Amino acid sequence: MTIEEVRQIILNILADIAPDEDISSIDDNTKLRDQIDLDSMDFLDIVMELRKRFNIEVPEKDYEHLATMAGCVSYLTPLLKDRPLAS
Amino acid sequence: MNKPPRDWLKGVLSAYDTVVIGSGLAGMTSANLLAKLGHKVLLAEHHYNMGGMATWFKRKGGHVMDISLHGFPCGMIKTLRKYWTQDISHRVIQLKNVRFDNPQFSVNTSFDKVDFTNILRERFGILREVIDEFFFTVRDMNFYDEVVMTTRELFEKYFPGRTDVWRFLMEPITYANGSTLDDPAITYGIVFSNFMDKGVFTYQGGTDHLIKEMKQELLRNGVDIRTHCMVEKIYVDDKTVQGVRINGQDIQCKSVLSNSNLLTTIEQLTGEEHFEPEFIKEVKKVRLNNSSCQVYMGIKTGETVPNVGDLLFSSDADEYCTDKILSKDVTSRTFSFYYPEIRPGTNRYSIVSSTNARYQDWANLSESQYKKDKHDLEQTTLDALDKYVPGIRKKVDHVEASTPKTFKRYTLHPSGTSFGTKFEGLKISRDLPNQINGLFHAGSVGIIMSGWLGAANYGVIVANETDKFLRQLTPGLVTASA
Ligand SMILES: Cc1cc2nc3c(=O)[nH]c(=O)nc-3n(C[C@H](O)[C@H](O)[C@H](O)COP(=O)(O)OP(=O)(O)OC[C@H]3O[C@@H](n4cnc5c(N)ncnc54)[C@H](O)[C@@H]3O)c2cc1C
Repeated sequence: MTIEEVRQIILNILADIAPDEDISSIDDNTKLRDQIDLDSMDFLDIVMELRKRFNIEVPEKDYEHLATMAGCVSYLTPLLKDRPLAS
Repeated sequence: MNKPPRDWLKGVLSAYDTVVIGSGLAGMTSANLLAKLGHKVLLAEHHYNMGGMATWFKRKGGHVMDISLHGFPCGMIKTLRKYWTQDISHRVIQLKNVRFDNPQFSVNTSFDKVDFTNILRERFGILREVIDEFFFTVRDMNFYDEVVMTTRELFEKYFPGRTDVWRFLMEPITYANGSTLDDPAITYGIVFSNFMDKGVFTYQGGTDHLIKEMKQELLRNGVDIRTHCMVEKIYVDDKTVQGVRINGQDIQCKSVLSNSNLLTTIEQLTGEEHFEPEFIKEVKKVRLNNSSCQVYMGIKTGETVPNVGDLLFSSDADEYCTDKILSKDVTSRTFSFYYPEIRPGTNRYSIVSSTNARYQDWANLSESQYKKDKHDLEQTTLDALDKYVPGIRKKVDHVEASTPKTFKRYTLHPSGTSFGTKFEGLKISRDLPNQINGLFHAGSVGIIMSGWLGAANYGVIVANETDKFLRQLTPGLVTASA
């Protein structure tokens, strides 16, 4: 998967979690929480989705890396780069 | 002729990924999520209905009575949408008329931050800056914070000596989760802030509709639901869950998610011998929360009740006082008025009065005394209600009371606790899987994780951990690291 594809996957997950939010204009370097209405349960959903879709476990101490889009991408790309884009 | 007893476990599998014990909102929500995540789930409930405290009953004359549908925070909309269905979440509606009536003040409010701010300024004369700082402090309280302050200290800090303000801020939360001035302020702050966000909400269609919809969704996701099924034992070997015994039958499972009471799960279902002695020492310190009494009043067909409010916190006590609120000699009641909008098309009304109560006040009465005390409770409640709905006795044709004993019988909670355990129970609940591999607990604990929203969300949090546990049993899970 490319960096773009990883970013798109995170956007897809966010769209499911927060369907009423405009996610197309997300700024990669600003906290997600400050741009869309996300609470701690929503972050838990992201963790569950990653586990379900890619068998990736994000330990609790690493949750902070998911705070921005840029953080998500750089954290997840090394794990996903060798995988094909899931159908 | 005696029919052979029905086999409620007919067709059950010999093994599951997870057995969920109990179908309260936490148990159902976690069962649903785990099934959606691809696990084989058995949901066992001892009662014939699902829902636990989220329940209802029907009586002759077309009456339907809701037990715990007085109201929940708007966060429930999101929880229902994400972990249940869009259709279910769309049925949540706001209750706009919350009333207080006591010797200190009579106030109507929409029970949200904007309105509370206005009332605190105009009715109670509190400075804007103090109100804002108070709201900021409670909003900022976090479940992970160190517990330092009690709610009493919190109120002393912002509203010293103002027992009228304390009452305004505290009374509804005492009814909502059994917390008192002496509990950690965080138990107050989190629940209060959840309500203040947008107000109080309810479910259009009634509890029966909600639970029916949830049951359909559980079935669609492949959960094996079994009512009339008492889980009698959790089998543990080598610090690891092996299975359960249900109605005398052994069933294997890799994990157990218990929605049964926390203490029952540890002491009776699992057995203390399977835990570290240090852990059991902490378990012994866990206090149960209080229980409730309710009086259900069904309005005759064709009769109406004027809109006197959706929720009414009424009290004859001079000041807010936990002891008085818990006392069998009732001075404070919450009335919930169910108008036809709750069940559109039925054109029926019902009123439920709730009081917090102590199990020991009701547990040891003789049968005749118990009956008499229940009858007195019904009569004094009707007297109190007459002030707000004149001629109420002529409008009702069904009156019935429940006590802590009733709650214990239906949900098996020790002492009929309405809101699980006090704060210290949360840590114990979170720690179970560190004691025994594959043993999880979700359900009202720690005051914070109680109420419809708290229980459902806690079900999600624990389902996440159960999912993680199950996936670690098979190779392939990659742990990320920064
Ligand atoms: C009178 C009253 C009014 C309330 N009002 C409100 C309100 O207005 N708003 C709000 O948000 N909350 C309210 N609550 C609180 C709320 O109802 C509860 O916090 C919540 O429903 C608890 O859900 P739970 O998942 O913890 O489990 P519970 O509802 O306690 O369910 C546990 C389930 O497990 C089953 N079980 C236990 N042991 C076993 C076993 N060994 N085998 C099989 N099954 C077992 C029980 O039968 C039960 O179905 C009220 C509570 C009471 C009592």
